[in-house]
Amino acid sequence: MAQSTRERYRVDPVRTRRRAWPFPLNIYQSAVGRKWVMALTGIGLVGFALIHMVGNLHVYEGPARMYEYAETLRTLGGGLVPKSFVLWLMRLGLTGMFALHLHAAITLKDMSRHSSDNAGLMSGAKKYAGGRDHIAATYASRTMRWTGPIIALYLLFHLADLTWGWWLGPDFIRGDPYHNVATSLSSLPVAILYVVANAALALHIFHGAWSIFQSLGVNNPRYNHLRRGLAAGIAGLILIGNLSFPILTQTGLISEDNRACPINDSDGLVCLAEEAEGH
Amino acid sequence: MSDTISVTVKVWRQNGPDSPGGFETHPQQISIDASFLEMLDLLNEQLNDRGEEPIVFESDCREGICGTCGVMINGRAHGPQKATATCQLHMREFADGDEIVIEPFRAAGFPVIRDLAVDRSPLDHIIESGGYISVGSGAAPDANLTPVPKDAAEQAFDAAACIGCGACVAACPNSAAQLFTSAKVGHMALLPQGQPERWSRTEAMVDVMETYFGSCTNHGECHEACPKEISLDFIAYLNRDYVRAKVKNRALSGQR
Repeated sequence: MAQSTRERYRVDPVRTRRRAWPFPLNIYQSAVGRKWVMALTGIGLVGFALIHMVGNLHVYEGPARMYEYAETLRTLGGGLVPKSFVLWLMRLGLTGMFALHLHAAITLKDMSRHSSDNAGLMSGAKKYAGGRDHIAATYASRTMRWTGPIIALYLLFHLADLTWGWWLGPDFIRGDPYHNVATSLSSLPVAILYVVANAALALHIFHGAWSIFQSLGVNNPRYNHLRRGLAAGIAGLILIGNLSFPILTQTGLISEDNRACPINDSDGLVCLAEEAEGH
Repeated sequence: MSDTISVTVKVWRQNGPDSPGGFETHPQQISIDASFLEMLDLLNEQLNDRGEEPIVFESDCREGICGTCGVMINGRAHGPQKATATCQLHMREFADGDEIVIEPFRAAGFPVIRDLAVDRSPLDHIIESGGYISVGSGAAPDANLTPVPKDAAEQAFDAAACIGCGACVAACPNSAAQLFTSAKVGHMALLPQGQPERWSRTEAMVDVMETYFGSCTNHGECHEACPKEISLDFIAYLNRDYVRAKVKNRALSGQR
């Protein structure tokens, strides 16, 4: 009797467990561990987004100070390390964090999709035939798997635009970020793209920054009510800062009309360096 | 004398786990004092009288403590009323002329048995994997022999209020069972009696959970659907304890 009851009420697992990897890699084999990785890389990536936005505010101080800021990033570490060495270390770290964040997100999405018998291919979220009335899930939380890929695609464009200079072609001057930003964002379609992508980024961070606390189990009932506000604050700060660049370029505040130095990659850069020296 | 409303019941019918399902519509005249399950009972009597197959749904205690009942009502697990199981939902929550869509709890780990009844035994498998407290404790101890701080006792009781109905899984867009598992892990992790096997239990229960259910993305839908209002804080404690368990269990098993 007991045996037959047991046989009857046994649902087959949706997935089988693979052989355990050695510690601490086995933590990454579990969904909870993967959410830890997403949270930890999320802290790094949000931190980068915040610092990147604050650093870019130098654009409001003019071409020379923007040049100086870019040069400072390249010479981090002073004379102890080769030029751009520390910058490349940070870039490698960021790339690693992006890769881990993406891999965890995609595999966890698939796990959720396979755990539901009617789930979206892209979002992995299940659907009810009679519809679903969400109560707590925010627009941000339900679109994480859409805003994520939008940010990833935007990031590739952003690199091609202002780091590799593919988009601007001959107009791109390596080492003169003020000129590159002003030229790129003065195009209306590019400005719109930046606005849309940064709105997606803010939505992503709004849910992500709150989610970090849950995933890592950083929980104290005395302070829990502050988490939503903190997430909204960080997302809002990054949104306002980042939106100011395309919008103020379009309105003409960021422009090269009053520029003292010539725009080219030879004496233009020398002139910028001299101007930066003088301040 | 009670008021009567007429509603349209759109209910999911499915013959078995592998047969295709679909909605069936029935108009229903019902007193607002009837409970939701009584409405289904009366509908089934009408179906019986007409010689049709009655709608299969699960219920047992009908007082919100057994966790047997539970269906999706208008896209919400256990219906529109907060902190209420389906059996304690009453027709006064609905208005005259409403359409009421009734669907089973859905997840790959909850295969449909028939109509609205689903097999929730994966939740039992999670409990089984937690084992039992196997520390030899002799005869029944004196009451209050083990001091339990009042705050810990209250919080453990909040977690232990979970009736295992599966609404959290049904409401979760990812079909994750994090709220259920965290409540079951949490009520023992908070008490001194639960400490000896705290870390092995946490790891085992999460590992079994993940073979059936999806990954938590912190939507918070489970807490809103939960008839016992289990707090999302328990999910945070579970996530923290799981990674701590990985470290501790390794140390306990002597691998260095």
